[in-house]
Amino acid sequence: MSTKPPREVNSYRTGPDERGRFGIYGGRFVAETLMPLILDLEAAYEEAGKDPAFQAELDDLLAHYAGRPSPLYFAERLSGHLGGAKIYFKRDELNHTGSHKINNCLGQILLARRMNKTRIIAETGAGQHGVAVATVAARFGLPCVVFMGATDIERQKPNVFRMKLLGADVRAVTSGSGTLKDAMNEALRDWVANVADTFYIIGTAAGPHPYPAMVRDFQSVIGNEVREQIMAAEGRLPDCLVACVGGGSNAIGLFHPFLDDDEVEMFGIEAGGLGIDTPDHAASLSGGSPGVLHGNRTYLLQDDDGQILEGHSISAGLDYPGIGPEHAWLRDTGRVTYVPASDAQALDAFQLCTRLEGIIPALEPAHALAFVTQHAPALGADKILVMNMCGRGDKDVFAVAEHLGAEM
Amino acid sequence: MAMSPDGKTRLDRRFDDLSAAGRAGLVTFITAGDPDTEISRRILAGLPEAGADIIELGMPFSDPMADGPAIQASSQRALKSGQTLKKTLDMVRGFRARDDATPIVLMGYFNPIYIYGAGRFLSDARDAGVDGLIVVDLPPEEDDELCLPALKAGLNFIRLATPTTDDRRLGAVLANTSGFVYYVSIAGITGTRAPDMAGVETALERLKARTRLPVAVGFGVTTVDQVRAIGKVGDAVVVGSALVNIIEKRAQAGAGAGETVDSALDFVRQLALGVKADS
Repeated sequence: MSTKPPREVNSYRTGPDERGRFGIYGGRFVAETLMPLILDLEAAYEEAGKDPAFQAELDDLLAHYAGRPSPLYFAERLSGHLGGAKIYFKRDELNHTGSHKINNCLGQILLARRMNKTRIIAETGAGQHGVAVATVAARFGLPCVVFMGATDIERQKPNVFRMKLLGADVRAVTSGSGTLKDAMNEALRDWVANVADTFYIIGTAAGPHPYPAMVRDFQSVIGNEVREQIMAAEGRLPDCLVACVGGGSNAIGLFHPFLDDDEVEMFGIEAGGLGIDTPDHAASLSGGSPGVLHGNRTYLLQDDDGQILEGHSISAGLDYPGIGPEHAWLRDTGRVTYVPASDAQALDAFQLCTRLEGIIPALEPAHALAFVTQHAPALGADKILVMNMCGRGDKDVFAVAEHLGAEM
Repeated sequence: MAMSPDGKTRLDRRFDDLSAAGRAGLVTFITAGDPDTEISRRILAGLPEAGADIIELGMPFSDPMADGPAIQASSQRALKSGQTLKKTLDMVRGFRARDDATPIVLMGYFNPIYIYGAGRFLSDARDAGVDGLIVVDLPPEEDDELCLPALKAGLNFIRLATPTTDDRRLGAVLANTSGFVYYVSIAGITGTRAPDMAGVETALERLKARTRLPVAVGFGVTTVDQVRAIGKVGDAVVVGSALVNIIEKRAQAGAGAGETVDSALDFVRQLALGVKADS
C-alpha cells in the first residue's frame, strides 16, 4: 500500500480536503446509520465557525471557566540540570479538570447545544477526557454517559469517582481487552442506537471526519497562545516543540499553528511501553502500519490479517492502537518526527520533573519529558524548546507508587 | 464466476426464482470460523438444505463497531480459533464445489480486506465463488475504496439503508448498490431490538418507489413469526444474531460438533417455515 507523501506541499495547514482526508489518511469509514449524523455535524461545525457569537461564548468559557490562557513557564532548574536548550512548559495541566481535554469539550458541548442534542456520550482511557466531558455536561445540565474499559476503571479509580461525583453514568466496557479502543467501539454502538438525541464528544483528534479537524481546531488554542507567549518572552519563535501522542489531540493543538514555520522542529512522542521491538507498546507510528478503524484511515497496531492489536503503555491515556489521521500524514510528509519513549523512561522523567520543578506531570506528558531529557542537552544553550505539559499527575500517583514498589 | 451469459448474477437468479415461487427468501448469517473452522464449515454446508435461500458469511473482525453482543462474541470465538480472511475464502471455495446455486454474501468490516489488499481480495473472492459483499464501514462516500472495483470485478455490492437514511441520502445509497438492498430495520446494532413492523412497511414502500432491486430486511429478527410478518412485505428476511446465539449456547454447554451443527440447522428449518408460500 502507498504511504507516499503528497507531491508538493505549499502549506501544511490547509487539510483536510472535502472528503475529510489528509493525504490518504482520515475519511468517513462509518456505518450508514451514522453518515447523516456526521454530515449534520460537519454542517453545524462549519456554521458555528462563521458565527462570531459561538467563538465569543467559547472564548468566555475558556477564560473564566477553564482558566485560559495557561502560562508558558520557563523550567529553569530542569534546563540547568540538562544543560542545553532553554525549556519552556506550556502549563495546560493547570486548566480546570487538570488537562488540555477541557478545551475540546467546551467547544463540542457548545456545538451539541447548537444542534439541540440533549444527551452526551464519550469514551475515555485515562479518564481525563471523561472527567472533562462529565464536567461540561454538569455545567450545561445535560445527562452524560462515559464508556470506559474495565481494565482502565481499575487503574484510574480517582478519575472514575470524579466522573461519578459530576453526575456521569460511567459504563464499564468488558469487550475486547477493556481499554480505550473497546470504549470507543461501545460509544459508537451507543450512538448508532441513539441517533436522534445524542451527541458524541470524541476526546482525541481521530474518528470520522469532521472530528479530527474539529478537535484540532478546538485544541489549537494551545499553539496559538504559545506563539504569542514565546514572542513576548523571547522575541522569537521556538526552535523545537515537543508533545506526547496517544490519539494526538494535545500535540496537534500545539503543532498546528506552527506547521508552516519551517524553522520550528516538532517531535511527537509515542508510548514505547516495554520497547517497540516487543509486542507491548502503543507506538502506532513507529511500530504500526496504515489501516482503517473507528471511522478513519491511519496508522494502527494490527496483525497480518488486519485484526487490531491491543496497545500497552504505563499511561492509560496513550495506549490506543491508532493515532489521529493528521499525525499519520505529518509523519509521512516528514514535517513532524515521531519518537517512542518507554514506560521506564517516562517513569524516570516523571520523578525528575517532580523533584526539580515541583510539578507532578501526568504519565502522558512524562513521555514527552523523557524525550526532552535526551534532546535538550543535544541543543545549544541558545535554543528554545517548548513542551506541552498537557496533564497533571495527581491521577497517576497510585500507579506510580505501584511501579516504584512504594507503600502508600 | 457469479455472472451468467445473460448478465445475471447468482443473486439475481435466486431472487428471480423466489419471485416466481411467490415467496420471500430466508437469508441466514453465521460468522465464518465460529466456534471453529470445522463446525462452521459443516453448518455452512447444511444451510441450503435446511432452508436458507441466501447465505451471509461474516468475516470476523476484532472491532465490530456496528454489531451487538452476539455477533461480537462470535467474532471473538472465530478469531480465537484461528480464523483468517484467507480461511474464510477457502470455506466459500469448499462450499461452492458442491453447491453452485446458493448465493454467498461476505459481510464484515473494511480493515481485514484493506490489509489483504482490495484488488487481490476481489479476485480471490470471485474465484472462490463469492457473489456479493456487505462492508459495514464503507458508506457511499468511500465507494472508490472497494464498491466500484467490486462492481467492475463482477461482484454485487450490497448497501445498507437504515432508518436514518433520509430522502437526501437515499439516492447516494442506492446509486452503486446491486444484488439487493439490505434494509436495517432498527437504528442500532445487530440483534438488540425487535423491528417495528409499521416502520418497516413504510420504509419498504419508500425504498420500492426508488429502486427495482429486491429488499432484504434484517437486524433484530429472531422468531419464525417475525420472519413470516416481514416476509409478507420484504423480498427476503435476514436472521443473524439469533442463529449465532444458538451456536454460542451449544458451544458453551460443551456440546459436540454434531450436536452444535444439528441445533443450528434445526433452528434454520423452523425459521424457513416462515417463508413457505403456504404458511
